[in-house]
Amino acid sequence: MSSFLNEISTVLVFGLAYAMLLFIISVGLSITMGLMGFANLAHGSFAMAGGYVTVTLVSQMNVPFAVALLIAFIVVAFLSIPFERFLYRHLYRRPELDQVLLTIGLVFVSIAGVTFIWGPDPHLILMPEYLQGSINLGFNIFPKYRIFMIVAGAVIVAGLFYGLERTSIGAKIRAAVDNRRMAESCGINTGRIFTWTFALGSGMAALGGGLGIQILGGIKPVFAFEYLVIFLIVVAVGGLGNIRGTFFAALILGIIDFAGKFYFPEGGAFVIFAVTILVLLIRPQGLFGKA
Amino acid sequence: MKKYLIPALSAAGILALSAVQSDAREYKIGFIGPMSGGAAQLGQQMERGAKLYMKLHKSQLGGHTVKMIVRDSKRPGGPIAKAAAQELITREKVELITGLIFSPNAMSIAPLVNKSKTPVVIMNAGTAFIPNMSPYMVRVSFTMWQSGYIMGQHAAGKLGCKTAVSGYTNYPPGKDSVAAFKKGFESSGGKVIDAIPMGGPAKVPDFTPFFQRAKSKNPNCMYVFVPGGNHAAAVAKTYQALAMRKAGVQLIGPGDITQSSLLQAMGPAAVGVVTASHYNMFLKSAENQAFVKTWQAEYGAKSVPDFVGVGGYDGMAAVYAAIKAANGSKLTADGAMKRLKGWKFNSPRGPISIDPETRDIVQNVYISTVRQKGGLLVQEIQQKFEAVKDKCKELKLGKCGKKLY
Repeated sequence: MSSFLNEISTVLVFGLAYAMLLFIISVGLSITMGLMGFANLAHGSFAMAGGYVTVTLVSQMNVPFAVALLIAFIVVAFLSIPFERFLYRHLYRRPELDQVLLTIGLVFVSIAGVTFIWGPDPHLILMPEYLQGSINLGFNIFPKYRIFMIVAGAVIVAGLFYGLERTSIGAKIRAAVDNRRMAESCGINTGRIFTWTFALGSGMAALGGGLGIQILGGIKPVFAFEYLVIFLIVVAVGGLGNIRGTFFAALILGIIDFAGKFYFPEGGAFVIFAVTILVLLIRPQGLFGKA
Repeated sequence: MKKYLIPALSAAGILALSAVQSDAREYKIGFIGPMSGGAAQLGQQMERGAKLYMKLHKSQLGGHTVKMIVRDSKRPGGPIAKAAAQELITREKVELITGLIFSPNAMSIAPLVNKSKTPVVIMNAGTAFIPNMSPYMVRVSFTMWQSGYIMGQHAAGKLGCKTAVSGYTNYPPGKDSVAAFKKGFESSGGKVIDAIPMGGPAKVPDFTPFFQRAKSKNPNCMYVFVPGGNHAAAVAKTYQALAMRKAGVQLIGPGDITQSSLLQAMGPAAVGVVTASHYNMFLKSAENQAFVKTWQAEYGAKSVPDFVGVGGYDGMAAVYAAIKAANGSKLTADGAMKRLKGWKFNSPRGPISIDPETRDIVQNVYISTVRQKGGLLVQEIQQKFEAVKDKCKELKLGKCGKKLY
């Protein structure tokens, strides 16, 4: 019994920590796709940029980890604005192929760029004292960082939901996602909304990139590609532009992924793809997407 | 057309004449390694090792020169390396191929070089049976069985582990390494209770689910094989994050998990990890200390050589030996093999030689433990095994006992 409890809690806690990370990084991508129908494959590059900003601040300038995460969020959010204004904007009404070509090109540029500056090695950081070691919860022992990841994720999720459901800017964003023309006729400046939402999404990705350093084995140039598929899966399963959907998709996929690898290491990495196929067969628009 | 024919012919004639007049020959060799992508750091190490040897021994070829043409194998799989080898052989007309980080890279080019009769010096790829795939391959690096088998015996003996779980990156050298460990461990009285495949070599997974699974089996030892580079950096971190040492699980493995160039970045997480390996930068020999010094003089104090760099260095030493033996004539596969079978060299890792029977490396294997000294991590050598041959071929196990060409 105690070993059963041990296993279940292991799968839930580690799966949840991973799910939170997936959500934080993917939510921006989901909004971008839902709001503007723009396939931004360079989303992982913004996450990667956040990781590198965090690493540089922490290990070279001795900035505290939590502050570094905040700075990474702000820096990348602002850096993403010119990309949206000067590059992406021209392709909103163009076919997806054009969008994919542009953004995949950006991924290559970003990989070459960070390799040039930081080199090909993965960068790790020493975590602050309060995040090192583990907590004994009686029935099981967990690394403090995973618990921190879950708490941080929960705070961010709550903040996002509050912002979107209870504030006027949130209402405008939802209106623009649901029906852009109608929102525009009501006097909402969807262009500006999109710029800010895009920056927010990129900033969130950067935050995820920083938070993920410890969980994903360091930040490295191939990050932008390695995790792109999983971010896209989360978005597709959740339904484009749907924050609640993205959250539940991240939750399901994060926990299933961990459980699959824990119980069937031989084929566990594929479980997540099987689930994705299954969900999309039954609901091609995603769990919470509009038909 | 005719207009150009005469000048072209005379130009060719002058070229031919000048070639005859000077007896210095340029040997073109191909170097295949991951120069971009996730394993680029391994390619860089290997290339740096090779180029360092070339720089230091430029004048020792009797006026002949070596031109190394570098090709990117990008991923751990076979197809890109194979295409690169094909291009090097047919278009660049290289006389020898070297490099080769990942086992599938080396395996994929075997049928090609068998046909073209191109000699190959393997600088890294460690799956035991690779030299069985071609009569023209020589390996100067290591075999997974050299470290795995000895580690198995050591774990059951000196470390006193009764049970062990092994975790491995799921591709040929990983399967090789855990098979070697199991053989050594169980022949010395231990029992391997679980073997966990931990994803493929192309992408570094989050090791947590696999390590948690290992932890839930309560073994005394956990033997881990992952390819050097990004994978290795994550192993010690995960081991520490899950407090496995406190749970009584000793982390052991081949030298790949304590790669010298990544050791400092692993931090306190790596302290106490025991590995069996043919090289680490802390070896006390005069050859090694001189090697580390020249390396850092060339590439800066921040760069340190690891087993991949030494593989590149020693590999180039073997290439030079073959070229010296050819002495101005074409480098043939038969000639190169004749020279390299039984070739001996005083490497930074200690004396090495090529077994004339198997064309595989014979070398020392060191058991070492990571310790903290001052602010730095070092590897302390506990035991040295001299002139270790590949156990898999000695026991003629599976593919190791067969001719595969």
